[in-house]
Amino acid sequence: MSQKIRVVIAKPGLDGHDRGAKVIARALRDAGMEVIYTGLRQTPEQIVSAALQEDADVIGLSILSGAHMHICPRIIELLREKGLEDVQVVLGGIIPDQDVPKLNVMGITGIFIPGTPMQHIVDFIIAHARARL
Amino acid sequence: MPKMSRIGVPPVSAKARWERETLEPTLRKSPERPGPFSTISGRPIERLYTAEDVEARGGTASPAPPGNFPYVRGLHPTGYRGKLWTMRQFAGYGTPEETNQRYKDLIAAGGTGLSVAFDLPTLMGRDPDHPLSLGEVGKCGVSITSLADMERLFEGIPLSDITTSMTINSPAPMILAMYLVVAEKQGADWRAISGTLQNDILKEFIAQKEYIFPPRPSMRLITDVFAFCSAHVPRWNTISVSGYHIREAGSTAAQELAFTLRDGLEYVQYGVDAGLDVDDFVPRMSFFFNSHSDFFEEIAKYRAARKLWADAMRDRFGAKNPRSWQLRFHTQTAGVSLTAQQPYNNVVRTALQALAAVLGGTNSLHTNSLDEALALPTKESATIALRTQQIIAHESGVANVVDPLGGSYFVEALTRDMEREVLTYWDTIDRMGGMVAAIERGYPQREIAEASYQFQQAVERRERIIVGVNDFVQADEKPLEILYIDDTTADTQLARLADLRRTRDHHRVQQSLEALKTVAHGRGNTMEPLLDCVRAYATVGEICDALREVWGEYEEVPVI
Repeated sequence: MSQKIRVVIAKPGLDGHDRGAKVIARALRDAGMEVIYTGLRQTPEQIVSAALQEDADVIGLSILSGAHMHICPRIIELLREKGLEDVQVVLGGIIPDQDVPKLNVMGITGIFIPGTPMQHIVDFIIAHARARL
Repeated sequence: MPKMSRIGVPPVSAKARWERETLEPTLRKSPERPGPFSTISGRPIERLYTAEDVEARGGTASPAPPGNFPYVRGLHPTGYRGKLWTMRQFAGYGTPEETNQRYKDLIAAGGTGLSVAFDLPTLMGRDPDHPLSLGEVGKCGVSITSLADMERLFEGIPLSDITTSMTINSPAPMILAMYLVVAEKQGADWRAISGTLQNDILKEFIAQKEYIFPPRPSMRLITDVFAFCSAHVPRWNTISVSGYHIREAGSTAAQELAFTLRDGLEYVQYGVDAGLDVDDFVPRMSFFFNSHSDFFEEIAKYRAARKLWADAMRDRFGAKNPRSWQLRFHTQTAGVSLTAQQPYNNVVRTALQALAAVLGGTNSLHTNSLDEALALPTKESATIALRTQQIIAHESGVANVVDPLGGSYFVEALTRDMEREVLTYWDTIDRMGGMVAAIERGYPQREIAEASYQFQQAVERRERIIVGVNDFVQADEKPLEILYIDDTTADTQLARLADLRRTRDHHRVQQSLEALKTVAHGRGNTMEPLLDCVRAYATVGEICDALREVWGEYEEVPVI
């Protein structure tokens, strides 16, 4: 790949359990991607602004607290406002089955629950990251 | 052939002879599995342990009996024959009324202590109407905004008859103040009530990251609780120094033990530096460990924990009261070991982990529910979790005898390995200037991130098998019925908050918050002004904001 895929890994909301976010950040970096980890407690506004500044192809969200149905729509809405619809949003965490179709409709198709192999996430991102010009 | 003396030649050990004469021919015929034979923490395990292996480590295959220093074999001479461990199931979600009902159910099912799970806004000192509380109210625990919610939470539960553990850290003194005011209103005597406050900020900086203020003012809040309780609430366990979250964040067993006990030493040092007598506050300190899946390593961890603490209290701090030497701990089975795949298997994992905790001599225990990789537990799954403990206590027979594994060559050798690894970590941390300094340098955070990544890599390479995840996978799984928490809690709590702000004595709230800030600027004990804030129905968010103004907020540099 001529240019690296750029990924913003973010922990929105109040939760501080960052093991998953950090392991994924490192795995994506080891897979040759450029990874920017925002750190904890980022608002949707901060995350989208980080994606804009970092020229991200992918935003990876880690949410374990159950707040995803509030946070995800807001991020999608902000991306649209900024003209960043082509940024791929993926989500990892504790996501109940019943929320998955609603998240898919929003455009979030990469949803990874505990136990997902890292390679699967890497492959998904390579296949779905927005094409760089 | 005449017997020859072998002066100057070391005697061939019995184990070496066994290896040569018995083992090697066997290995030639039938080799072992490829392994690796190592614990979940990556510690290599030998094929066989003998008395020689214990001695070679400087350990003993016959440690002092239970009730005797250094308590490797347990604190109590009668073990669980006197009193079973406390079956304390952590619970909380939604509104205070919903959690109140869950507590009443748990008490009716034979639970013997309460344990409050707070939601993230409460844990982070934010009111439900703060922008960062969006979607979080009542999700991971119960929403407690003010004294009014605390009154609802314990409605119909006499605080003089039950012990309550409260898992809260940065806002721990505020929540304790609320509990004390509820007790006061119920007519319960502060000197008689008992319970535990987690109140362990160091592991928040290290692992769970639910901090508000910078480390040093945070440490002051903790020593304020030590001093206040030793004077006014003498039966309260003022801190539960926690390894649970360190382990969940991906540490090894030895790191969990090393960092947790070293946190404990740091609290003791701060208490001593604040002018407290070791034997006045250390007996009210308790610990909280994880029970992960590697059965013997966990048992060794608990046994080593008691010895390390006893030695450190007696020799490092000169504690005289045996209560100061005695490490008491709560255990929770490893949430991180639960799988979303084939969730019924989690009942088995939890049972084995719970058994390890019991064989390690835990004083109280929480068993996780089978659905916790998916959601907060349903009432049914929470009941199975409690029943798991009851089966161990009443059917397995393990509670009939004190420390049944004492003298096991393997367990004693592993206990000694654990101890030695912990002491090495302590040396490193001491050289850095203590735990607060080590945390400020990101040392434990880096060690944990590295261990966590190594573990994940081993899983990816399938060197570590997780049943149902990277082997024995099942394609046609039926979805489980889970607890789904809707948004009505947020609506209720937001409406209540608006109502409270309208109806309470505004002037009294402002006055109490100002008084708190004055004390925070100075050196007085913050508990008294906090109690006044709580009595005035100031909210958790308002109280924490007042202290944020004085002390600022902590922001970490993330370590990947």
